Amino acid sequence: MRAILQIIRKEFLQTGRDRKMIFIIFVAPVFQLLILGYAANLDVRNIRTVVCDLDRTPESRALVNEFTNSGYFVVTNYTDKISELDYYLDYGKDSFALVIPREFGRKIISGRTTQLQIIVDGSESAFATSGLQYASIIALRYSQNIAVKTFTRLAGSGVSIPRLSPQIRIWYNPELRSRNFMIPGVLALLLMIMTTMLTSLAVVKEKEVGTMEQLIVTPMRSYELIIGKLAPFSIIGMIDVTLVLLVASFWFQVPPKGSVPLLFLLCLIFLMTTLGLGLLVSTLSKTQQQAMMSSQFFVMMPMIYLSGFVFPIENMPRIIQYVTFLLPLRYFMVIIRGLFMKGVGWHELWPQAAMLLIFGTVILWISIVRFSKKVG
Amino acid sequence: MSEPAISVHNLTKKFHDFVAVNKVSFEVGKGEIFGFLGANGAGKSTTIRMLCGLLSSTSGTATVAGYDINEQPEKVKANIGYMSQKFSLYDDLTVRENIRFFGGIYGLRRAELKERLDWVVEMAGLKGREDSLAVELAGGWKQRLALGCAILHRPKIVFLDEPTGGVDPVSRRNFWELINKLSEQGTTVFVTTHYLDEAEYANRIMLIQAGEIIAGGSPKELKETHIKNPILEVECDKVVMAMEILQRQDWVIETTIFGTYLHTSVADESEGRERIRQTLAENNISVKRMDRIVPSLEDVFIYLIEKGPQAGKAQVG
Repeated sequence: MRAILQIIRKEFLQTGRDRKMIFIIFVAPVFQLLILGYAANLDVRNIRTVVCDLDRTPESRALVNEFTNSGYFVVTNYTDKISELDYYLDYGKDSFALVIPREFGRKIISGRTTQLQIIVDGSESAFATSGLQYASIIALRYSQNIAVKTFTRLAGSGVSIPRLSPQIRIWYNPELRSRNFMIPGVLALLLMIMTTMLTSLAVVKEKEVGTMEQLIVTPMRSYELIIGKLAPFSIIGMIDVTLVLLVASFWFQVPPKGSVPLLFLLCLIFLMTTLGLGLLVSTLSKTQQQAMMSSQFFVMMPMIYLSGFVFPIENMPRIIQYVTFLLPLRYFMVIIRGLFMKGVGWHELWPQAAMLLIFGTVILWISIVRFSKKVG
Repeated sequence: MSEPAISVHNLTKKFHDFVAVNKVSFEVGKGEIFGFLGANGAGKSTTIRMLCGLLSSTSGTATVAGYDINEQPEKVKANIGYMSQKFSLYDDLTVRENIRFFGGIYGLRRAELKERLDWVVEMAGLKGREDSLAVELAGGWKQRLALGCAILHRPKIVFLDEPTGGVDPVSRRNFWELINKLSEQGTTVFVTTHYLDEAEYANRIMLIQAGEIIAGGSPKELKETHIKNPILEVECDKVVMAMEILQRQDWVIETTIFGTYLHTSVADESEGRERIRQTLAENNISVKRMDRIVPSLEDVFIYLIEKGPQAGKAQVG
């Protein structure tokens, strides 16, 4: 027990003396959250649009107004020539082009079908998909209105036309703001990166410098060494969680809706897996550089891409979906998003927590056995 | 001799097909300074690492401080101190913090720790520098601090693996004085080195080559057993040419270059002197000085190593 406390004390002394480390541990996470909180924005608003109005009638202008009034589109350029559209899209001046053909107004008034051409820059597919959806809704509404007007005029007043109007309620994230969705993900990511990396580096550093040998020849048991090494990083991890939580709640106004103590408890369970992976990496690496590379390629990359942080798991091919079951971060993503956005509790989250606990125990156990064998 | 401090029987270490240490057996008495010598890669460090529990042995047995290294490694570790050639303290901790850390790991109580801290600082000549970071210390101080940290818990046996590598001669001398003091206080010192002049400080020496022990005994015994012929140290010009010429003479037993001199071994001193002077003069090499010297360990080891593993076959232990 005394030996464990000695190691913890030493670890804090060393970390405290390393300015770069202090920066990485306490400033970098807040910084990253700030940047990602603003940058990781998948919301589509203010699509730059070039309008080619070949009709120039009140009807065509009304249509353009519908687009601009929706808030999703801003008209940044006008042109009279279809051939010029290439220029605006190629150079990225606009990502959306609206072409209103000649005779558009006249055909509408006379009750004939007319067409509207929309050209989208598909190189940003998420952007293009949402833009197209908005555009078709606007066009649909526009034609509905015309239909209603025409019908009323023909049938005379007092006739009611049945219409289906969906009452949509969006739960958990009513404004569909992607920030609400990204911030909990960023918290999970930061916690994982920080603890995996620090653990693997701290152990490998002692190997590299030769102090590990000096520790092994003492009567200290290997479990004491491991606990002494992992405890400081759990504490640092929890401090980071607190910092990130504060920034999320007070700066971005995205506080967790669920229980904060439960959040901390589940973070601790998640830490078992990340510390275990860090320790495992350190038993496989001889130098700090190797440790850094292996934790990046074999731990972080798959976790970031396949945990559901960036891409929805439901969209992945079946085989890859199975692979995601092996990633602890996948379960933690569900937990952290549930706690932040849905405000759910233990009742809903226990299956994920149980998986993390199983993973954590197994990973930690393997790495401790490997570590003990290595140090003799 | 009572129960030995270290007792090794047929200790072997293989790395795949490579035999690093081959059936080594020896004993080290309590309070002895035991020098373990050999070239790089001869198996010195492998042996010391097995005895300290840093490496498991392939076969054979050993007891250290009365405990079996394979069965009671923790007991062994509580009774030994270890210091390696690599400075293995924490560079980013101060002198005081390093001492406190290792003292704490060895389970020293507060009062004892205080006393040992003062002792190490005094011994290592670090008074007034207790709060300097270890990284700021020069080689000799670092090395004494490392020794201090390795013996904070007053171990019965200290293992020093090439402790004086990269340290200046004055510091090396001071270091050996410390080791002598430890030995006087009853601590057994097991030290590996490849500085042959240092080996003279040891009570007993063992030479290991290619994983096998080729000779052992006190420095005096080794010299008497292996060097029976007088050795003449010759100072002359064109040393390399002189050596080549002398090597061709059938009355010369052996000749090697030592620095800028020649060490030539002959059957009879006065006859040898005459013949060397004459032979070199015939080749226009002038001899400035020629003295009979007391053979150094270096002479012994060069003799033994050139003869190969069959040379010594000395009974060790």
